[in-house]
Amino acid sequence: MKIGQDKSVSLSAAVKKYVFSGCHLSIGGFTINRNPMAAVYEIIRQKIDDIHLYAHSNGQGVDELIGAGCVSRLEIAYAGSGRFAPTCIRFKKAVQSGAIAIEDYSNYQMTLRFMAGAMGVPFLPTRSSLGTDIIEKWGFSKQMRANDSRLPNEKLMIMDNPFGSWGNAPKLVLVPAINCDVTILHVQKADREGTVRMEGLTFSDIEQAKCAKHVIVTCEEIVTSDVLKANPDQNQIPSFCVDAVVHIPYGAYPTACYRYYDYDPAYLNAYRKNAENDMRYSTYLEEFIYDVTDHQALLNKIGTEQLNAIAADPRTGYAVGLDRR
Amino acid sequence: MHDKRDQVTGNRGQEETLPPVTCNLSPHYTLKELMTIVAAREIKDGDIVFCGTGISMLAAMAAKNINAPNSVIFFETGAIDSLLEEVPLAVADSRVMYWTSVNGNLADAFATMQNRISGPHVVGIMGAAQIDKFGNLNSTVVGDYFRPRVRFSGSGGACDVASFVGRTITFMQHEKRKFVPKLDYITSPGWLDGPDARRKAGLPDGGPESVITNMATMGFDSITREMYLSGYFPGFTPQQIQDNMGFEIDTSRAVEVAPPTEFELKILREKCDPHRLILG
Repeated sequence: MKIGQDKSVSLSAAVKKYVFSGCHLSIGGFTINRNPMAAVYEIIRQKIDDIHLYAHSNGQGVDELIGAGCVSRLEIAYAGSGRFAPTCIRFKKAVQSGAIAIEDYSNYQMTLRFMAGAMGVPFLPTRSSLGTDIIEKWGFSKQMRANDSRLPNEKLMIMDNPFGSWGNAPKLVLVPAINCDVTILHVQKADREGTVRMEGLTFSDIEQAKCAKHVIVTCEEIVTSDVLKANPDQNQIPSFCVDAVVHIPYGAYPTACYRYYDYDPAYLNAYRKNAENDMRYSTYLEEFIYDVTDHQALLNKIGTEQLNAIAADPRTGYAVGLDRR
Repeated sequence: MHDKRDQVTGNRGQEETLPPVTCNLSPHYTLKELMTIVAAREIKDGDIVFCGTGISMLAAMAAKNINAPNSVIFFETGAIDSLLEEVPLAVADSRVMYWTSVNGNLADAFATMQNRISGPHVVGIMGAAQIDKFGNLNSTVVGDYFRPRVRFSGSGGACDVASFVGRTITFMQHEKRKFVPKLDYITSPGWLDGPDARRKAGLPDGGPESVITNMATMGFDSITREMYLSGYFPGFTPQQIQDNMGFEIDTSRAVEVAPPTEFELKILREKCDPHRLILG
């Protein structure tokens, strides 16, 4: 835990330091919004593999990490990119071929699991999923759980309400905490010490950050602490939760960043076509990830015309009238 | 690979559907438009409407503009009462964040549905890859869980919504392989295995209210909790509808569904999805 120091570093240095082969990683964002894509691409470029990945409803970030072969195990509620890929395509192929092990939860359960980790309790209760296969079917065996001290021994447990009839909920599902090695978020603003300001929906990013040993924050803008302190009720994560701050404009691209830019329908549609075919996907990986040195080089390749088309309108926070076919 | 825009709902695991049956009896509206309007009619003024992506979002937008002006559209991502000037293509689309009453987060959104006061007022609009006669839904896998023939997106918030809220409406493509005697995986609880099953399992009150397909509407019997045919779309017969299902349903209560009015179509086409991003 680092307090009161400048934590701004380069993305490659942050990924090199905190993301490692076999690590338990969670990434923020939701389907096609605020995925930490620059960091995802950097992980792929550094060829970090055997990752145990956590998300609730991540789309593009999860799919690209899986597609590039970085992921061995996945705990998730939903892998989809809205209308661009109702089921993420490389995810689908990897699960169907048995290339990755997956364990399914619901969105609320994943949120509560991150929250339990953030709160420092071993589990939290909910009434969700009673009577379903989310409880019955485990993706990870007892043996696999026993072999990794970072995994709980059980998937989900049903408990009779210990308070009896209080609260009129006879049974509860206990969801185990997630305590991951590293969480990566992309946010709108941060200061150099790591105080975070997100705009729009925060999804479960706050819980995801606070349940992790280490946190990398990539941001559209680095601002001074005074700017953040002038409106403190708009800030969500204190600096002592954060290990690295990386200034990466368009760091969520090709997903959206509310009030900065929209998702890029052209990129996401092209991605879907490439993802459907193994040969084309290899070419995609080479051309858009391995052969570009960093995120700025990817943006240069995309070009200002396309980036201007997705620029957020200041009134609404998205690109009004954008061609999204 | 057919165009993704042809699917009935982009919400939960629907992309394996065949191109929809076309309604050749009326040139005035498409089946997708009719489905959207039929769902909108089921939304009551004052309902809190949980929507996923795609057709369910359009149904909520149509209801708000036609028959339920005081309904509140809300998303699992935490956006409440979004204006929706443009149709969002995902529940995390920045378009859901603009001109809301509250921009919250997932923990808030699901707590609203589990909440004893607000939860019963929520109507959830869902979609799935498979459904059984008790309205249980599968949006996870077809085939074996460990080596599935087809893997879908997974629950997302669907299981939570189906567990918590007062009533749910489910969009389905009307095909035999989707209306199955036994689900390959129960993602979201309906009436489970019949009367009293939800209570025995420990779930809150509430459950599936209706199913809307590209041929018909189905309800659930208040005693047996089994699906029955409540309405058939103009141009379809109850027998045709039964022939496209993998289990028998009671068709004796079915009446023909009223086609969309000019006003309903105008609102849907001009106000809700002028670029036909969802309607296709």
